[in-house]
Amino acid sequence: MTLAVLVAYLGCVLAIGLVSHRFFRGTGEDYFLATRTIGPFVLLMSLFGTHMTAFSLLGASGEAYRTGIGVFALMASSSALVVPAVIFFVGTRLWAVGKRHGLLTQVQYFRARYESDGLGLLLFVVLVALVVPYLLIGVMGGGLTLTQITGGQVPGWVGGLVMTAVVMAYVTAGGLRGTAWANTFQTLVFMVLGAVTLAYLLDRLGGLGPALERVAAAHPELMVRGDAVPPLKLLSYTLIPLSVGMFPHIFMHWLSARGAASFRLPVVAYPVCIMIVWVPSVVLGVLGHDTFDDLRGPAVNSVLIRLIEHHAPDVLAGLLGAGVLAAVMSSLDSQVLAIGNMFTQDVVRHYGFHDQMGERQQVLAGRLFVGGVLLLTYLLSLVTPTRIFSLAVWSFSGYAALLPVALAAIFWRRSTRAGAYAAVVTVAVLWIWFFSVGGDDPTYTVGGTGVMPVAVMFLASIAAVVVGSLVSRPPSEATLARFFR
Amino acid sequence: MTAGRAVRVALYGALAALYALHQDAWFRHDPRIVLGLPVGLAYHVAYCVAASLVKLAWPAGLETDGDAP
Repeated sequence: MTLAVLVAYLGCVLAIGLVSHRFFRGTGEDYFLATRTIGPFVLLMSLFGTHMTAFSLLGASGEAYRTGIGVFALMASSSALVVPAVIFFVGTRLWAVGKRHGLLTQVQYFRARYESDGLGLLLFVVLVALVVPYLLIGVMGGGLTLTQITGGQVPGWVGGLVMTAVVMAYVTAGGLRGTAWANTFQTLVFMVLGAVTLAYLLDRLGGLGPALERVAAAHPELMVRGDAVPPLKLLSYTLIPLSVGMFPHIFMHWLSARGAASFRLPVVAYPVCIMIVWVPSVVLGVLGHDTFDDLRGPAVNSVLIRLIEHHAPDVLAGLLGAGVLAAVMSSLDSQVLAIGNMFTQDVVRHYGFHDQMGERQQVLAGRLFVGGVLLLTYLLSLVTPTRIFSLAVWSFSGYAALLPVALAAIFWRRSTRAGAYAAVVTVAVLWIWFFSVGGDDPTYTVGGTGVMPVAVMFLASIAAVVVGSLVSRPPSEATLARFFR
Repeated sequence: MTAGRAVRVALYGALAALYALHQDAWFRHDPRIVLGLPVGLAYHVAYCVAASLVKLAWPAGLETDGDAP
């Protein structure tokens, strides 16, 4: 029965994508940006659903199970402040520039602003490389959910494959419009079902107060931020949500907005949406100790699903499992569409392959590229033992450290291609270094100081873009006139 | 100082204050239960609401240059 509910849910999402295809206007701008017609509510749901993934449900509950309530301050409340600010200061400006110049991708913007094809190509490689761990979170989370919630009826490798196939199908059919609609549906599903899960499981555990008391008696350290999150770690973690300013899939949703006013609701409602999703994850993660007290390593990712499977009856378990799938798929779809769009626009079309290829062949090339990236991600998901939370933090850190390149492009007329190159290369080198040193250690901080690698990368990125810009020739007047008024 | 500039300064000040308030050293080791939740968690839930309210007060037209809200 649980499996039937999950299959029905996947069918619903697929149907939304297929229905949206009937509204397709037959142009590239419509397929990739829904002809910039997305209004405030769908924009909020799309942005939020895309941003929240297995990380917010499985990763957050797993980390809360491991370290306690401090994870909410680390990622949720810091995101509640930082993400809307980035949408407001960065997103609205990029939307305006994108609309004025007909831009379809992030790489197009940086290539034009910094007058450099090479920088565009470098950014394409770096942005796609950083999206792989993010995709991995989704594929791993989806496979884990289907396996756990069906009591092993669906093996992990089948679960990840089915979910990836469904996402590919509705993204291919519906483009950004289908993705935005499916995201809206899925975001509502996981927000509502998150609250239902919390209420139901708290009832089964005998109420919030008694359950907290039992866990506090056995694990008092989980009820405080304590030493699990020292001050420097908390401070440097506030940089990680800056990543939202460089995610290709978020950038794509910004460009799809109908007007500047569409951003107001997302800016205001984002913090509350974050609270609605993260409170159940963190509370249930901590209370997981009341039912299972022996989870270790990557197994902590599954604490929420284990609670659902253990306490909820068949149909409800299926519904709650669908909520987790909703969170996972609403990110995967936008990521898939964004990298497909970038490959088609920034490689196939930009480098002139379109002269030798028909429209259908270009679309096929884009899908093959996406298929290749997903296949790589899928294969990695079969052999990666890392915890979802750690994987997400590494991916987000890389994107956050690249934000100075965007900030300089928007706010600093004197910033140049050399500065941007210097920042991207600096971030890439530092990211590889830090990942090679601390990638396997979930408690890693720089030199054991409590400072997260993102802080070092972010500051180095700022220094690189400033120094690189000041020692190189300023941008041309034509470019400045185009991007600054 | 014009009214618009005053509002802008006040809002930037509120954002800076919120950023500072995120570092809740005062509840770091406090295990009390407030509103049904550990106080360290309840504080950050309230913080999310406050972050939303500050942005609600953000006037349309700020930072726009004619193109953005």
